[in-house]
Amino acid sequence: MLTTRHEFNLYGWIRPAARRAILASALFAAIVATMGAGDADARFNRLGHALMCMCGCNQVLIECNHVGCTYSDRMRRELMAGIERGDSDNLVLQSFVQKYGNTVLSAPTATGFNRIAWIMPFVIFTLAVAGVVALVRAWKSRQAPAVAHGNATAEQFDAFRERARKETEF
Amino acid sequence: MPQIGSYCLLLALTLSAYTFAAGIVAVFRCDERLAETARRAGIAIFMAVTAASLALVFSAFRDDFSLAYILHHSNRDLPVQYKFAALWSGQEGSLLFWCWLLSTYGLVLRLRHKVDTRLVAHASIIIAAVQVFFLLLVNFAAHPFALVAGTIPPDGNGLNPLLQYPEMVIHPPMLYLGYVGMTVPFAFALAALIIKYPGEKWIHITRRWTMVGWAFLTCGVFLGAHWAYAVLGWGGYWGWDPVENASILPWLTATAFLHSVMMQEKRGMMKVWNMWLIFATFLLSIFGTFLTRSGVVSSVHAFAQSGIGPWFVAFLSLTFGVCVFFFVRNRSHLQSEHQLESLVSRESSFLFNNVLLLVSCFTVLWGTLFPVLSEWVQGTKVTVGPPFFNKVNVPIAMVLLVLTGIGPLLAWRKTSLESLKKNFLIPTILAIVTAAALIVGGMRPWQDVSYFYSLMAISLSVLVASTIFSEFWRGGRVIAGKSGTNILAGMVQLTRRNTRRYGGYIVHLGVVIVIVGFAGAAFNQDKEQELGYGDRMQIGPYTLICRSYTQDDRPNYSSEWAILDVQKNGKQIRTMYPERRFYKASEQTATIVANYSTIREDLYLVYAGQNPDTHRPIIKAHLNPLVSWIWSGAHILLIGTIIALFPSVKAAKMAATAPERERALAEVAHTGESVGAGD
Repeated sequence: MLTTRHEFNLYGWIRPAARRAILASALFAAIVATMGAGDADARFNRLGHALMCMCGCNQVLIECNHVGCTYSDRMRRELMAGIERGDSDNLVLQSFVQKYGNTVLSAPTATGFNRIAWIMPFVIFTLAVAGVVALVRAWKSRQAPAVAHGNATAEQFDAFRERARKETEF
Repeated sequence: MPQIGSYCLLLALTLSAYTFAAGIVAVFRCDERLAETARRAGIAIFMAVTAASLALVFSAFRDDFSLAYILHHSNRDLPVQYKFAALWSGQEGSLLFWCWLLSTYGLVLRLRHKVDTRLVAHASIIIAAVQVFFLLLVNFAAHPFALVAGTIPPDGNGLNPLLQYPEMVIHPPMLYLGYVGMTVPFAFALAALIIKYPGEKWIHITRRWTMVGWAFLTCGVFLGAHWAYAVLGWGGYWGWDPVENASILPWLTATAFLHSVMMQEKRGMMKVWNMWLIFATFLLSIFGTFLTRSGVVSSVHAFAQSGIGPWFVAFLSLTFGVCVFFFVRNRSHLQSEHQLESLVSRESSFLFNNVLLLVSCFTVLWGTLFPVLSEWVQGTKVTVGPPFFNKVNVPIAMVLLVLTGIGPLLAWRKTSLESLKKNFLIPTILAIVTAAALIVGGMRPWQDVSYFYSLMAISLSVLVASTIFSEFWRGGRVIAGKSGTNILAGMVQLTRRNTRRYGGYIVHLGVVIVIVGFAGAAFNQDKEQELGYGDRMQIGPYTLICRSYTQDDRPNYSSEWAILDVQKNGKQIRTMYPERRFYKASEQTATIVANYSTIREDLYLVYAGQNPDTHRPIIKAHLNPLVSWIWSGAHILLIGTIIALFPSVKAAKMAATAPERERALAEVAHTGESVGAGD
């Protein structure tokens, strides 16, 4: 592989542990990027989980097991037909939406107002974690340095003992 | 019976109102005699509600179809145990059952009033207020003793077939015991806030009652999951249905409280947070009930829906208002005594654990309510089903799992890097080795995100389990060395000395095992096939051979079933009988799953129906890995909770052997091992 001395030096400058971490991250990213590839059965399974049975059972399409359900068998056949035609995932799902309405999708789409459904939990998560970190740091920076008192009273010693007992309870 | 039941309900309402009003007057006037009458009236509520509940049960046993509730939830041929279960199988009956459980909790609390007379008197008033609300409901909005208008039919409509299963006799009571049980810690917490209760006693009482409610709720949730698995016949145990979600919401906040309460007990921190966690747990218990009974969200548990929503909205608003009012008025009482000193400390891990549990709670609530929000904003409803909840909650669960392993081994205040290395080096190596072994064994996490999560869950479970085991091992070894027993006896002794801490570890171990069970779901297989005489079906290592298929007729139902020989790797292991029933009274069908469960996997067979042309049975087979781990983990989890509820033996014995204890502590300090460094 051709490379310049500058690039080589930059690479060599990175510590071995960090280098391994970067390589591992790249490998991880590659793994994540290739997730989801699969054959027709895998697609049927994945898309079947992205759709609901419309018989009113509130179950995911490929999990609907109602005896004599008038919807699930027909919908599964439609799904398989779409896959065999070579339709893209999006096209298959859109055809179901056009036929059965928005509620046929088992999760909100990542478009328009529905995007909020997906964003909100992660926003709350991020804010909460950031809040906790900020809070701990603020508390930590506010703490007064400990002062050693040589003349603590008996009551203070009792309080110290009680605190030590609680925090190191056997 | 209907007249007796109605009268008892009115009497109970009157007694509750008296307990509430007289209790308040007695508190203001410091009138002990009046307070005692309020307490006794509170005890009498139990008797009145018990009499009303028995009246409804006897009506079911006597097939009294003049009662609308019995007509709609029972029939003559219904087995006795299900006639009893009819008490909680419909809206009105389940609300009456709720009242009875609340009166039972109230009875225990009022009989144990000498624990702290003043605090219990205030808690009793709050419980009476909640009781008034539920008794108003059963008296005026959902009356269980309402009579049938016109001619009385000769037979009832029967019980929902899905409820005719042994577990349904205990699942709802457990769940309700959990929901209703959360009223008691709420009452104590609010009472402590109202009277600015000095000291920490109230938090100990609240924690114990929360643990009781939490244990029942956990039991109810797992029984419900098992019921769904065994009865609904779709091969799964959790479908993120709104009713299921409603049960998990207070469970999550109660779990958060049971962790953060330790910070209050140990370091006098998080008082406001804990107070609001208890309030939130109670409010979510009521909110969940509102959600599933008001018809606001659609659910498969539609049998419990009606128009009592506005009552719940009013009650929730009033309760929230009361909580806010007393919090604003008395918040100075809840000031922290200490602050966090380090991000790497036990306190921080509890804080992050709480944040994650609450984010998870928010996510479940958000997903449950989003269809309503969407309809309100966009005018169209959307479905928020399992893919949403799994995508959002699984990563949170992974981080929580890591904290389950790390948190208990961190020291209070601050943990040194050296200590971190010492405690986590071996568990981390074990987790990495496990991940590598799974990949070598054939798991391919890069093929599907569910495989990736499965690998993570199992590896992290190994990390957590090894940290738990190392805690038991080190503690047991020190005690065994001191007392001259073996390590196992040392571990038992260790647990007995600090039931709360080591019971908690056992709970964590149970959680880990449950999560391993969940991880198996990524590798579920299923197959559907029509089977004639002698036909074979292959799924995994199992071969199903149709020996026969037949029909049966019973008083309560008729059934169709198949007789299938099961071979594993060519060797006959058992015969299984998947069945489909048609319940005559309700004219509904239900599947009776045949399940062969091993530690490795479940072979789960469903009689899906008959081919109308050939009349041959259609069998759906599921191969579900590691499901039995979920039920085993749930048992361990409950055992851990029971252990944690028992008092430690140390209190009595340690006082007598204080010098020995000091020697043991010195020994531990000398060896540098952390044995029971706090709960």
